Amino acid sequence: MAVVKRTFDVVVVGAGGAGMRAALALSEAGLKVAVLSKVFPTRSHTVAAQGGIAASLGNVSEDNWHWHMYDTVKGSDYLGDQDAIEFMCRAAPEVVYELEHFGMPFDRTDSGKIYQRPFGGHMQDYGKNPVQRACAAADRTGHALLHTLYQRNVQANTNFFVEWMALDLIRDQDGDVLGVVAMEIETSEVMILQARATLFATGGAGRIFQASTNAYINTGDGLGMAARAGIPLEDMEFFQFHPTGVHGAGVLITEGVRGEGGYLINKDGERFMSRYAPNAKDLASRDVVSRAMATEIKEGRGCGKDADHVLLKLDHLGEDVISHRLPGIREIAIKFAHVDPAKDPIPVVPTAHYMMGGIPTNYHGQVVAPYDGGPEEIVQGFYAVGECACVSVHGANRLGCNSLLDLIVFGREAARQIIEDLKSNPHPKQLPSDAADRSLSRLARLEGQKNGESVSEVGAAMRRVMQAHCGVFRFPDLLAEGVRKIYEVAERAKCTEIKDKSKVFNTARVEALELDNLIEVAQATMTAAAARQESRGGHARDDFPDRDDDNWLKHSLYFSEGRHLDYKPVRLKPLTVETFPLKTRVY
Amino acid sequence: MKEMERLSWRCRRGLLELDIVLGRFVERDYAGLDEMQKAAFNALLDMPDTVLWDMIAGRQDASEGEQQALLEKIRAV
Repeated sequence: MAVVKRTFDVVVVGAGGAGMRAALALSEAGLKVAVLSKVFPTRSHTVAAQGGIAASLGNVSEDNWHWHMYDTVKGSDYLGDQDAIEFMCRAAPEVVYELEHFGMPFDRTDSGKIYQRPFGGHMQDYGKNPVQRACAAADRTGHALLHTLYQRNVQANTNFFVEWMALDLIRDQDGDVLGVVAMEIETSEVMILQARATLFATGGAGRIFQASTNAYINTGDGLGMAARAGIPLEDMEFFQFHPTGVHGAGVLITEGVRGEGGYLINKDGERFMSRYAPNAKDLASRDVVSRAMATEIKEGRGCGKDADHVLLKLDHLGEDVISHRLPGIREIAIKFAHVDPAKDPIPVVPTAHYMMGGIPTNYHGQVVAPYDGGPEEIVQGFYAVGECACVSVHGANRLGCNSLLDLIVFGREAARQIIEDLKSNPHPKQLPSDAADRSLSRLARLEGQKNGESVSEVGAAMRRVMQAHCGVFRFPDLLAEGVRKIYEVAERAKCTEIKDKSKVFNTARVEALELDNLIEVAQATMTAAAARQESRGGHARDDFPDRDDDNWLKHSLYFSEGRHLDYKPVRLKPLTVETFPLKTRVY
Repeated sequence: MKEMERLSWRCRRGLLELDIVLGRFVERDYAGLDEMQKAAFNALLDMPDTVLWDMIAGRQDASEGEQQALLEKIRAV
């Protein structure tokens, strides 16, 4: 079957903050840029980011990038690469001022400077006192960022392919990346997008978990494509969780509820936090609360018919406190948990929020893999930025407001690197004759599958296994069993069947293709988590409660083929300053 | 023709809250809407996620009557 081909200088997959920041710089440099997005660009998941963008502008309190760097290294539980972290923190003020220049509506101080607010983990003077470092646009920073970048891209003549899904990476026999095969969702038409540079900015994969704050589009498409093309996935065991998402929905219940006197109970009605944190109780830190919840569930004291959640009780606060001090909570509980919190407790569960791992890159956004000699060889023609990439600036744990910063710093830097690389690479390489074969055979398999498995059932099985076996607190017996179970689910995912074979907006087909990506990520996360015998940042194990720098100060690399793991050292040497020495991470 | 399929895809949003609420509404109630209401729903889908969520959560009202009536329906889902 002949597949239509179009050729661009650069193809960007994903139109969130990272993809659009890169695309803008590329288009403004005069390159012919295609940006693919499953949904309209301003509906990317970046819109959900409320907190702000961390940058040491020092507009409200004294600040400098060294302090920001210290906080980020410490926050990462020392797994972050210090060269990339220095690069990001130094570039932060400049990229924020650029956004201001683009028309981003930041909040202002009385004197007209960008206002900055405090945010957890951001400190002055190497961890001493809280600092005001977050630049925000009301509670809609992500929304403002997307709109600003989209408008600028339209002016710069970026070619948007809206409602297109990339299916597979095209790599030739040298391992070079030459573009992607993609499908238009409206028509199911398949096309080859050939490019001299391919940039993935496809976001996270929180949808591998049953409880996730991520939008439905966050299916790890870039990671799935990379894994199928032989690129490893780095540090996939590290996910950030929020303690109180609505069970079965994932929508967050703010921590303010516990601040106002709400507390957690198990199936016996016991206020169990008294046992885990006798003083702070329900106001203990996020990780302590999350682990306590996971322990209660594991030990059979969870609620509901599957005993898979606990309850957040606030009816004792009274209707007045609930409506006045906790606006919106009642509506969220009614809408998403179907309970009125003034009368009944809200079912909650630790909920996946952010993926620290991803496609391994250096701090120029170039994808690096140990495929040709050294551990960090550049994969020619391939770049990744944002949540789908592992630079690694977040290491084992991301600091709030550093994710939007990550998008714009490395979006811009990857574009600069691409522009430079394309100067010495003026012509597209010849496509291999089998360029579209992998995608076409996946589609043909789906089309012809008989007596197969339902996509939603296999997806649900995957999410259940991930939640029960590889959640916020990890137990050796559950992990071992989880590895076996997720590999079984992966076998089932190979024979998914869709009943509806129509071509127009066939959501069933899209969801089957998304599941192929999710299952790659789920296997990577489970495999890497079972192997890492320590607790660090977002990876907490019951049997290895401490960080183990002697054995585990290293990045994991998961290869889809053979499901094998490799490791590479953390880059502890910054660009210009001294290494921040290892310390226990306490706040 | 393929109206429902197109709409279900457009209910894929950047915010999980909208994914859930809009998805539910389309599945349960969309088929029962009249043409005016369907047009109003399509106009709502063109709004930015944060604005749309504020409207559904009741923090903001729609500018015109048809949309407002529809919002009440969505809020009740």
